[in-house]
Amino acid sequence: MRESPAGEHAPPHPTAGVYLRVAAVLVILTVIEVGVFYVPAFHPVLVPTLLILSALKFTLVVMFYMHLKMDSRFFTFLFGGPLLLALVMTVGLMFLFGAFVLKR
Amino acid sequence: MAHAAAAHHTSLGLDSRKMAFWAFIGSECLLFASLISTYLIYKGRSLVGPYPHDILNIPFTSISTFDLLMSSLMMVLALAAVQRGDLKWAKVWLFLTALLGIFFLAGQVYEFTSFVHEGLTLQRNLFGASFFVLTGTHGAHVTVGVIWILTLWSRALRGKLGKANALTVEICGLYWHFVDVVWIVIFTVVYLIQ
Amino acid sequence: MSGTKGLTSWLTTTDHKRIGLLYFWTAFVFFLIGGLEALIIRAQLARPGNTVVSAETFNQLFTMHGTTMIFLALMPLSAAFFNYIVPLQIGARDVAFPRLNAFSYWAFVLGGLFLNASWLLPNHPVPDAGWFGYANLTSREFSPGPNIDFWLLGLQILGVASLAAGFNFIVTILNLRAPGMKMMRLPVFSWMTLVTSFLIITAFPVVTVALVLLMFDRFFGTHFYLASAGGDPVLWQHLFWIFGHPEVYILILPAMGIISEVLPTFARKPLFGYTVVVYSGVLIGFMGWGVWSHHMFSVGLGPIADSVFSGTTMLIAVPTGVKIFNWLATLWGGQIRATSALHFAVGFIALFTIGGLSGVMHASPPADLQQTDTYFVVAHIHYVLFGGTVFGLFAGMYYWWPKMTGRLLGERLGKLHFWLMFVGMNLAFFPMHFIGLLGMPRRIYTYAPELGVAKLNLVSTVGAFLIGVSILVFLFNAWRTRKRGKVAGNDPWGGATLEWTIPSPPPPHNFDVIPTVASRLPRWSMTQLKAIPEGAELEKPHAPAGSWWPLVAACGLPVLALAPLTHTLWVAFLGAAILITGIYRWAFEPFEV
Repeated sequence: MRESPAGEHAPPHPTAGVYLRVAAVLVILTVIEVGVFYVPAFHPVLVPTLLILSALKFTLVVMFYMHLKMDSRFFTFLFGGPLLLALVMTVGLMFLFGAFVLKR
Repeated sequence: MAHAAAAHHTSLGLDSRKMAFWAFIGSECLLFASLISTYLIYKGRSLVGPYPHDILNIPFTSISTFDLLMSSLMMVLALAAVQRGDLKWAKVWLFLTALLGIFFLAGQVYEFTSFVHEGLTLQRNLFGASFFVLTGTHGAHVTVGVIWILTLWSRALRGKLGKANALTVEICGLYWHFVDVVWIVIFTVVYLIQ
Repeated sequence: MSGTKGLTSWLTTTDHKRIGLLYFWTAFVFFLIGGLEALIIRAQLARPGNTVVSAETFNQLFTMHGTTMIFLALMPLSAAFFNYIVPLQIGARDVAFPRLNAFSYWAFVLGGLFLNASWLLPNHPVPDAGWFGYANLTSREFSPGPNIDFWLLGLQILGVASLAAGFNFIVTILNLRAPGMKMMRLPVFSWMTLVTSFLIITAFPVVTVALVLLMFDRFFGTHFYLASAGGDPVLWQHLFWIFGHPEVYILILPAMGIISEVLPTFARKPLFGYTVVVYSGVLIGFMGWGVWSHHMFSVGLGPIADSVFSGTTMLIAVPTGVKIFNWLATLWGGQIRATSALHFAVGFIALFTIGGLSGVMHASPPADLQQTDTYFVVAHIHYVLFGGTVFGLFAGMYYWWPKMTGRLLGERLGKLHFWLMFVGMNLAFFPMHFIGLLGMPRRIYTYAPELGVAKLNLVSTVGAFLIGVSILVFLFNAWRTRKRGKVAGNDPWGGATLEWTIPSPPPPHNFDVIPTVASRLPRWSMTQLKAIPEGAELEKPHAPAGSWWPLVAACGLPVLALAPLTHTLWVAFLGAAILITGIYRWAFEPFEV
């Protein structure tokens, strides 16, 4: 099996430039999120828009800052599995407590 | 610091400590999901105010969010510095990460105390209970993270944070980014989606 | 620091084999305590209107019986085998994080002591709201004393222990396998340990939150579970059972793993359908997350929720049933050697199947409406947990005792133990199916003669005491074996897996040379057996380094827990200081495996 000597990474690290660009995108996404919150025109689509924007931010931080994109797919599984479970559990609980009924 | 787990070769070719830490982060997803679920279940069920729209301060919290995002940037720059053996910049970035973390915590303290002054306490209603427990747990995690980063920073000050220690900095980084990512979710789900 | 003799060597040990033995003996003591609690319960219920114990004490007894058996006996007994056997089966020298392993053990002991300390206080404020602690009985209003505080704090300590072990075993099994030990060559017991560990790290955080919310309700005046402020007691039930259902798979999968090793060995045949058995185990792990509200069919969740959970519950019987067929097929046509271990393994199949049948009956909400909260459920849980897990664990004990101690348990006494326990268990629990359907609810300290269940209860009590006798037989066997047991060589059974290639008990470093594995059954495969290759570097015998810091860090937890119990803040700081000091010294200590 492959050796993995301490302190050495097989895939190359992103450069500081990549990190800075990710940071810029994160800031822009946050600005958009807050903007969507304040602009009344967006209110009908507030929830899905915000969920998508925050999911994008989440993904960027995890993929680039936590290096998951460049690392072994196994780490993605170790994190992704429980994450998926957590999401399903949250949606399940919301449903059980009446969150998705049309009329209250 | 001995690195027994990394010194031997491993079946998957992955560092054992890094693997353990990703498993830990997976586990923490369930912890925060349970707290967030509780918050969402109880949304709109408080019998008395203050209610979220009365009290949540979006501009202020946006700045906190921005602060934490920037601290993640600082952290990843710190890691890059350690990985190339640049002790000077490692010290700078680690310190800045911790500093931004402390600013975040200060912001939380300010927010919590001002909420209490406005009448929102743990006991007041379900919003208070679920909000403070959720964000309090997050804040406790940030605190642990700040202590961890400052510990690494103090080792850097004593010249003990070289390339060989990159993995411990990376793992600290994983923790810190995860805490940031949880905040991204909280900011959206608690503050923006009212 | 850790030599091999003396108290210090045990307090500082990080050797997985020693930690396994520590888990075993500690868990067995708790098993006896839980058993004693059961015997008192049965004595009280032997006759209608009995006065052995008061109603309050009875509530404490069934609460502690359940809590002790699940968290302090069955899980740690499984952990004893995870610790001792898994590194041997995968060809490793120890687990991935030996000090974390020690920490898990010490946290377990301290958590168990913390919980049971309540027996020793004046008026014994022992937890008394059931092992599942439903809100709002557990609220400060209805449980004003410290009873529930002992419970919720003790369980949080135990949760930390389990989580730490979960992370450790996941990494160990994935990352420390011997060369050639591909995942599909892993012994089934190690596979089940892996699945169980994933269940632990995902399920325990949920119950931790449930307990923390309860703690806030009881100590800080929140209303998470209190309807008066808009809260919902049913939230507790959901959070608890989201944990609780995976928990029962945490309890059964290791035992299923054990018998998947025992049956092939004593049938002298490979496990039938290894791949299917492994995938079924993994599937059970996943599906176990989708069934939790079958514990709540009488709560009024509505027809959609009830139907969904009924469906998922029936579905999970499929992979379970598949395993049973595979075990039977393993025995079929084999060269059977009827050892005590095999008796317990076969007993497991029969008894667990019966438990599974009553389980499937529960899966139907209309039927369950009559069964729930009656003794019918008590019958079900004891067939699966006693007939299943306990029998499976005893199979493991008889199987691996020679490896762990160097001596074989006596076979005649072993069979006597089996038959007494088998008869006792059926006498104790089979009548409960009828007792429940005749209308006797759970958790009542007495019943009226008019209910017509007196005779059946008496039979059940006799059975329980017979189980007690059988345990005494086992203890006698174990004690006698210390000096008079047959000495076991490396491989008294003709086992197929790696633990049988090394001495009994193994040297501290386990393998002189880490083997290279070429098959699923290394010891049975003709291509596998190699002599130690020329020029291979033999590992010098040495004891792994010890450390005080896991013990120190673990001590911080009960001290922290004492703070709310004694309403003193400085105690919390002290506990945190001990914990943090332990962690820091641990982190900066030079340590080599």
